[in-house]
Amino acid sequence: MTAASEPAVSGPGRRFLRRKPPRSLVIGGGMILFWIALAVFGPLVWTADPTALNLGASLLPPSQAHPFGTDSLGRDVLLRVVNGASVDLQIGLFTVLPALIIGSLVGALAGYYGSIVDIAVMRLVDIVVAFPFFVLVIAIIAVLGPGLINMYIAVGLVGWVSYARVVRAEMMVAKQMDYARAARVLGFSDARILLRHLMPNVIVQALIYSTSDFILNILLGSSLGFLGLGAQPPTPEWGVMIADGYSFLARAPWISALPGLVIVALAAAFSLFGDGLADYLRPEIDR
Amino acid sequence: MAAEKAIIDRDAGGKGDAAGSILTVRDLAVAYRRGGRALDVVNGVSFDVRPGEIFGLVGESGSGKSTVIRSLIQLLPANAAIGGGSVDFAGRDLLRLGEREMRQVRGRDIGMVFQDPLNSLNPVMTVGAQIGETLRGAESAGQSRRERVLAAMRLVHIPDPERLYGAYPHELSGGLRQRVAIAIALVASPKLLLADEPTTALDVTIQDQILKLLMELSGRLGMSVILVTHDLGVVAQTCRRVAVLYAGRIVESGPVERVFARPAHPYTAGLLQSIPRGPASEGRLKGIGGTPPSLDSIPAGCPFHPRCAFAIEACRAGQPPLVAQEANHLTACIRHGDLPDLAHV
Amino acid sequence: MGAFLLRRTVLLVPVVVGITLGVFLLIRLIPGDPARVLLGIHATPEALAFLHKSMGLDRSLAAQYVIFVKALLRGQLGYSYFFGEQVIDLVLARLAPTLFLIGYATVLTVLIAFPSAILAALRPNSIWDQAVRFASIFGIGLPSYWLGVVLVYAFAIAIPILPVAGYGESIAEHFTFLLLPSLTIAVSLVPLVLRALRASVMETLRAGYVDTARAKGLAWHRVMGRHVVRNALMPAVTVLALNIGYLIGGTVIIENVFAIPGLGGLMILSIGTRDYPTIQAVTLVFAILVVLVNLVTDLIYVVLDPRLRAVIR
Repeated sequence: MTAASEPAVSGPGRRFLRRKPPRSLVIGGGMILFWIALAVFGPLVWTADPTALNLGASLLPPSQAHPFGTDSLGRDVLLRVVNGASVDLQIGLFTVLPALIIGSLVGALAGYYGSIVDIAVMRLVDIVVAFPFFVLVIAIIAVLGPGLINMYIAVGLVGWVSYARVVRAEMMVAKQMDYARAARVLGFSDARILLRHLMPNVIVQALIYSTSDFILNILLGSSLGFLGLGAQPPTPEWGVMIADGYSFLARAPWISALPGLVIVALAAAFSLFGDGLADYLRPEIDR
Repeated sequence: MAAEKAIIDRDAGGKGDAAGSILTVRDLAVAYRRGGRALDVVNGVSFDVRPGEIFGLVGESGSGKSTVIRSLIQLLPANAAIGGGSVDFAGRDLLRLGEREMRQVRGRDIGMVFQDPLNSLNPVMTVGAQIGETLRGAESAGQSRRERVLAAMRLVHIPDPERLYGAYPHELSGGLRQRVAIAIALVASPKLLLADEPTTALDVTIQDQILKLLMELSGRLGMSVILVTHDLGVVAQTCRRVAVLYAGRIVESGPVERVFARPAHPYTAGLLQSIPRGPASEGRLKGIGGTPPSLDSIPAGCPFHPRCAFAIEACRAGQPPLVAQEANHLTACIRHGDLPDLAHV
Repeated sequence: MGAFLLRRTVLLVPVVVGITLGVFLLIRLIPGDPARVLLGIHATPEALAFLHKSMGLDRSLAAQYVIFVKALLRGQLGYSYFFGEQVIDLVLARLAPTLFLIGYATVLTVLIAFPSAILAALRPNSIWDQAVRFASIFGIGLPSYWLGVVLVYAFAIAIPILPVAGYGESIAEHFTFLLLPSLTIAVSLVPLVLRALRASVMETLRAGYVDTARAKGLAWHRVMGRHVVRNALMPAVTVLALNIGYLIGGTVIIENVFAIPGLGGLMILSIGTRDYPTIQAVTLVFAILVVLVNLVTDLIYVVLDPRLRAVIR
C-alpha cells in the first residue's frame, strides 16, 4: 500500500504538495462546502421552526409559497430539508469521529506493539466483522433503544473496525521505516514516537477513508431514521422525512422526493471529492 | 522503376513457377493510429513463400515483423489499418476478405503459433478442448474430433496424449505447452503455419526441440512455415529462405545460404557480424552503431542510412526498391553492386 | 473437492464461534438482569426463576456461554412472548421470503451488470461506456430505501403495473411481488460489480489466449463466451462476495419498505416490541447466512479456476 520509502509527511510539520487540484476534487468539494454552509447558516438565516405544526396547510403541492410543498403536518418540506442538512451533518460527524479516533488508536497500538495486544484486537475485529454491518448496528440499537445518541454509540461500536484495520496495516509498515527506528535509537518514549512521528503518517489512509465513511454513515443514519431507529420525529432528518412521505406517496410524492434527491447529490459530491482527494494526496498511485 | 518491378515479379514468382508460391505478399502496408496520428509500421513489404518450405522473417524488436505476420490473417488490433497491398493465398487476396470469410481461413487453411505459451493458452480450458476448438463445425464432432485431437497431439510428440487430453495448461511444462499451441495450429491440417517467435520464451534446450519439431512437421506434412524471429541462429538452423525486415521494410531476401554467405545489404551484414562466435572470435562483439528508429521518426529514403557505413547522398532520397542482386536474392541497397564483400568487412 | 470442502468448513468454526459469542454478549449489553430483560413485561417470579436456572445465570459467564451454545445446537433459539411461539419456528417460517429476495436480487444484479460491463469493455469511450461509468459514480450513493420508494411510486402508483407491497401467495406471485424489491437491491450492487467486471474484461481482452482463439478462426461470440468472460469473472465474483454482507443487511430495510414477511421484517417488528430472544436469533441467522454465502463463493472460485484446484491438492 505505502510504496514510498519516505514518509508522506515527517514530524509535526505538513508539506502540502504544490499541485493543481483535480476537477473532481473541486466540484465535489464545492458541493460539500455548499452543504456545510447550508447546514450551519441555513437555520440561522431561515429561522422558521421546522417542527412547528400547521395542520391547515397539510399536503400542499409545490407552489410559490412552498417550493417543495408541505408534509402531512403542514410543515414546509424545503424548510425541513434545509434543517435536515444540519441534522445529517451532525450525524456524519458524530458517527465518524468516534470511530476514527477509537479505531485509529486501537489499530495503531495493535500494529505498533504486536503480540498479545495485536492478537486480542484482531480477535475482537473478527467477531465484529463476522456480522453484517447493518444488522449488527440495528441489533445494538434494538438493545439500547432507538434515538440519535444510541445510534452514535451503535455505529461507533461497529464502525471502529475499518479504521483499526487500516491504521494497523499502515503502522506495521511504518514502524520498520528508518525514521521510526531513528527515533527509537534516539531514546524517545513510545508515546512520543507514536504521536508525533508515526501517527501523522499512518493516519493519512484512515483520513481518506473517513471521507467515504462520512457519507456512508449519513446514508446509514438516514436508513435508520427511515426505520424509526435513529433520529426520532419531529426531528427533521432526511431519512425520517422519506419515511413520513412514504405513507402519503400516492397523494403527495413530493414529501419523499426532495430529501432523497438531496442525499443522492450529496453522495455524488462525496464520491467525486474522495476520488479527487486520493489523486491529490497520492499522485503516484496508478488509476 | 518499371524495370525493377519487372525483375521482382520475375524472380518473386520463383524459377519458372509463378503458381509455385503458396503465399504471395505484395506491397503490404500497415499503419497504427496513435493519439490521432497514423504511424507507418509496415511499408511496402513483399515476399513469397513456397509450398513445404520454412521461410524466415528476421528483424529486431519493433521492426514490424509481428505486424506483418498478423496482418496476413487480419489479426491486428483495432487501431491498426491495412493501408494497401495484397496477400495472395490459394487464389484469393486475403486482405480483401470480410471477417466471416477470414474466419474460415484462420485455423483451417492457415494456423498460427504465438510466442509465449504461458499466455497463449486459456488457463481454464483443458488442453484437449482447446486443440479441438479449431475443429469446430459439423465436420467433426464427438468421438472423431477427439481422435483427430489425439492424432495432432501425437504428431507434435506430446507423451501420453490420452491422459494429457484432460490436463490444464498450468500442469504442463513450457515445452509441452508450446507443443500444445502447435497442435492447436495444425490440427486442421493447414497448408501454412505462421510462427511468431515460437521459441523466444522457452529454455534453450527446449528451443532446439521445438525447432526440430517444426522442421519435422514441415517435412512430413508438406506444410509451409513462416518463422518470425530475431535470432539469426534459428534462421540458419531451420529456414530455407529468409527475408530481413528493418523499420517495416524488407531490406534483403533470398536463400539462406546465399544471404548468410554473401549478404547484399549493410544491415544484414551488421546482424551477421553481431552474432557471437564463441571463444574463438577475437576482440569485442561487433554491434551495429545507433538504434532502430522509432515509429514516428523513420528517416526519409533508406531507413537504415543514418547507421550505415556505406551511406551516400542518394540513400537519403526515396526509399530504395527491392532489386535482384542475383536470381532470387533481392536487396534494397542501391549500392549493392559496388559494395565490398560485406561478409568480411 | 471433498477434502477442500472439509478444510474450508473447519476454517469456519472460529468464525461461527465468534458469531455466537457476539450474539451472546449482545443481550448482556443491557444493564440489569438478562432474564428480566428477555422476559420483559412477562417477568413473573416463576418465569424469572425458571430462566435463571435454565440460563445458568448464577454461574460464571463462561458457563452461561456454554449453556447458550448447547441450546443453539439443539435448535433452541428461545421463546417469543410477543408472538407466542418458539423463536425457531418464527425464523423458519420467515426464512423463505428473505432467501428468495436475496437470490432474486443476485440474479438481477448479474443480468444487469454482466452484459453492460462486457459491452462497455468492448467499446471503450463509447456512449455505453460513459453511461456505465456515470452509473457507477451515482449508483453508489443512492439510498436503497429511497430508490425503493421511488420505484414503488413509478411502477405501483403512477403506473400501477406491479404490487405495492407484500409477498404474494404462489410462486408466480412471488416473482411479481418481489420484482421491485429485488430490483432495488440490485441497483445498489450493480455499480460495484460493473466497475470490477468492466476493468476485468478489458484486461482479459488483452490476454494472449484471446489472440489464439481468434487465430483458430472462432466466431466472436465464442471467443467472448468461452475465453474472455470465464477468465474475467473472478474479480466480479469477488466484488459480489465482498458485498454480500451489505446485500443481506440491506434486505432488512427493503423488507420494511415493501412489507415482505421475511427475516428483516421480523427484525424490525421485534425491535418495536422489545422481543429480545427474536432479535438475538435473527441477528445470529443473518450472520450465519453471510458465512454460508462466503463458503459458496469460495466453491465457485474453485469451479471457475482450475489453477486453484492444484493448490488444494
